[in-house]
Amino acid sequence: MTVTELAQQLSLTVFHMPEPQLEITGGYTGDLLSRVMCRMKPGHIWVTIMSNQNVAAVAALSDAACVLLAEGVAPDEELLIKARERGINLLGSSRTVFPLCGELSRLL
Amino acid sequence: MEDTIKLTYEISGSDLLQAGEASGLLKLRLKQLGIPQEVIRRVSICMYEGEINMVIHANGGTADVEIGADDIFIWLKDTGPGIPDIVKAMAEGFSTAGKKARDLGFGAGMGLPNMKRCSDEMTVTSTVGHGTTVFMRVHIGKSADVASGRLLHASPATPGYDI
Ligand SMILES: Nc1ncnc2c1ncn2[C@@H]1O[C@H](COP(=O)(O)OP(=O)(O)OP(=O)(O)O)[C@@H](O)[C@H]1O
Ligand SMILES: [Mg+2]
Repeated sequence: MTVTELAQQLSLTVFHMPEPQLEITGGYTGDLLSRVMCRMKPGHIWVTIMSNQNVAAVAALSDAACVLLAEGVAPDEELLIKARERGINLLGSSRTVFPLCGELSRLL
Repeated sequence: MEDTIKLTYEISGSDLLQAGEASGLLKLRLKQLGIPQEVIRRVSICMYEGEINMVIHANGGTADVEIGADDIFIWLKDTGPGIPDIVKAMAEGFSTAGKKARDLGFGAGMGLPNMKRCSDEMTVTSTVGHGTTVFMRVHIGKSADVASGRLLHASPATPGYDI
């Protein structure tokens, strides 16, 4: 499933989507950045409630397909700037992490 | 790539939000040089974790990078407080990060273990009160196989620790 297909299926908020056709190969959920770097694989969707600019750095160096900010979290201004700079797909959902990941597991 | 390329990055200790600049620049450079994506990913993680550590724990430092035909070498040098017990610091979950760093998502105590996992060779030297030097080497060919093979031996107690 591509990032844009997922965004449509789950009615996600699109904060930034420079690479809509990227294929999502799996996912990881977490807010501790070193753990994310350890576990997340290239092509994964990363579900988090962190919204600072380090999120863009970690997503970029991990080659994540997209970042999904859960629980209605909005990206900080600096995160949006970094996401634009580094070409990161940045999506959002008002849903809490647990049902959101359940839905993602079903779809992916 | 015939010649060795040498790069130096100064890492400021003042801004944790800005940290990650050097690893971002290095990643771009490696991409331009046509280094395989998986190698770039591993070098980037090594560099980013090291950079963040110098900012959080040592008030900044210097990163020297050498890109050779077969390997990428990274030396991270700081004049921070040093690490009293390196074995303890290398253990997964050990962290002395303060609240400010934790609020930003750091402090899992996984940075040094990540660097070890993503490199083919790593040496930490530190003198309390004087500073810390971290050396890492990432092999350019077949690096993914090397890393996963070593990992199985390094962490038998954590089977979910996959890369
Ligand atoms: N350059 C350094 N100077 C001084 N102490 C350091 C340095 N790098 C690491 N340490 C010490 O080693 C500990 C473990 O480092 P590690 O990177 O594994 O975890 P962390 O930085 O605390 O958290 P995380 O990396 O998961 O965000 C640190 O908490 C700190 O006490
Ligand atoms: Mg660290």
